[in-house]
Amino acid sequence: MPRTRLYPLADLEDIPGTKVFTALRSREAYYLHKFCMSLMKAENREEFKADERAYLDTFKMTEEQKQAVLDRDLTKLIDLGGNMYFLVKLASTDGLSALKAVSTTSGMGVEEYTQMMLEGGRSPEGIRSIRDKN
Amino acid sequence: MARISAGIATSHVPAIGAAFDLGKTKDPYWAPVFEGYEFVKEWIKDNTPDVVILVYNDHASSLMMDIVPTFAMGFADEFQSADEGWGRRPVPVVKNHIELAAHIAEQLVIDEFDITLINEMDVDHGLTVPLSLVFGQVEEWPCKVIPFVVNVSQFPTPSGERCWKIGEAIRNAVKTFPEDLNVQVWGTGGMSHQLHGTRAGLINEEFDRRFIDLLAHEPEELKYITRLEYLRETGTEGIELIMWLIMRAALGYGVEEKKRFYRVPASNTAVGHVVYECKS
Repeated sequence: MPRTRLYPLADLEDIPGTKVFTALRSREAYYLHKFCMSLMKAENREEFKADERAYLDTFKMTEEQKQAVLDRDLTKLIDLGGNMYFLVKLASTDGLSALKAVSTTSGMGVEEYTQMMLEGGRSPEGIRSIRDKN
Repeated sequence: MARISAGIATSHVPAIGAAFDLGKTKDPYWAPVFEGYEFVKEWIKDNTPDVVILVYNDHASSLMMDIVPTFAMGFADEFQSADEGWGRRPVPVVKNHIELAAHIAEQLVIDEFDITLINEMDVDHGLTVPLSLVFGQVEEWPCKVIPFVVNVSQFPTPSGERCWKIGEAIRNAVKTFPEDLNVQVWGTGGMSHQLHGTRAGLINEEFDRRFIDLLAHEPEELKYITRLEYLRETGTEGIELIMWLIMRAALGYGVEEKKRFYRVPASNTAVGHVVYECKS
């Protein structure tokens, strides 16, 4: 007999503003992530910067994913299966810190976000569960 | 016989590594973080182990893309620091203790943990930032390091209970290694943080402090925190704390806490750090 689950799988989707990185999302973003990991070599970063579109076209990503990379729309890329550990390679290629990259997905400006972190970060109160509103 | 003498836990924020490499450790933003590691930098001088089993997660540097092992051990002779998009960190090469790693692999499988062995990989900030924080800027790391990699990023991730059990299995494995070796186990990652979306920047100081309060002497209940609870309470990346449980379980029943430190923020993250010496 399989063990009883400690919580329903659907609950992973019950966290406000959060995409839990699952095996299925990883699959959806596989070629996007291949592109991100290619940026771990200096020569590839140069090639990408020289002609972003041409470089992206060498990967089997969806057109939507390519456009979101060109737009540096990390929120969209996460909606399309992306995970920040991969996406941060794109931000690093642009010379952005992880703090700046993360702030662009937060709905806040980078100054406001940085200030929030200095003041102790974002409280979990009220954003634990969509269903329970706690 | 080999024995586990001590354990260290620390966050492994990449920006800490960048601040360290760029000589910013005295900057007003970073000084309060690095001050928290003054104790361990002194302590390690008198307590340098032969081998560190360093529990960390790979951040899409060598794993997560084509292969996603739940638990894996680095099995190369040595490991270079990974280029995570801004060049390799200028840190010494990490050298493995192959005989101990092979012995642990053997024992873990006997204990029903079917561990993955990795014959080639680079190690990222998850492994090198803790080494820098403890040993500082050195020409060579003063001990061997066995990279012990846990999937904490792609669900399904292992449960806290499972991490606890593999920590116990590591302890039993080390104890049966015939050579006299002083071994430490380090658990890295955490504390609360979330790196995307409208909950980005989440910090749960109450949760983090309670976790540190219980870890030394009453760790039992921490085993049963579910993955969902980590997500809700500590953010999507706070679940890295399950790697602290592997460290704690590997130390056995009695520990003496030599240091605890907690600081918000370092970049997007709450920094936590403890040093334990084994009493048994």
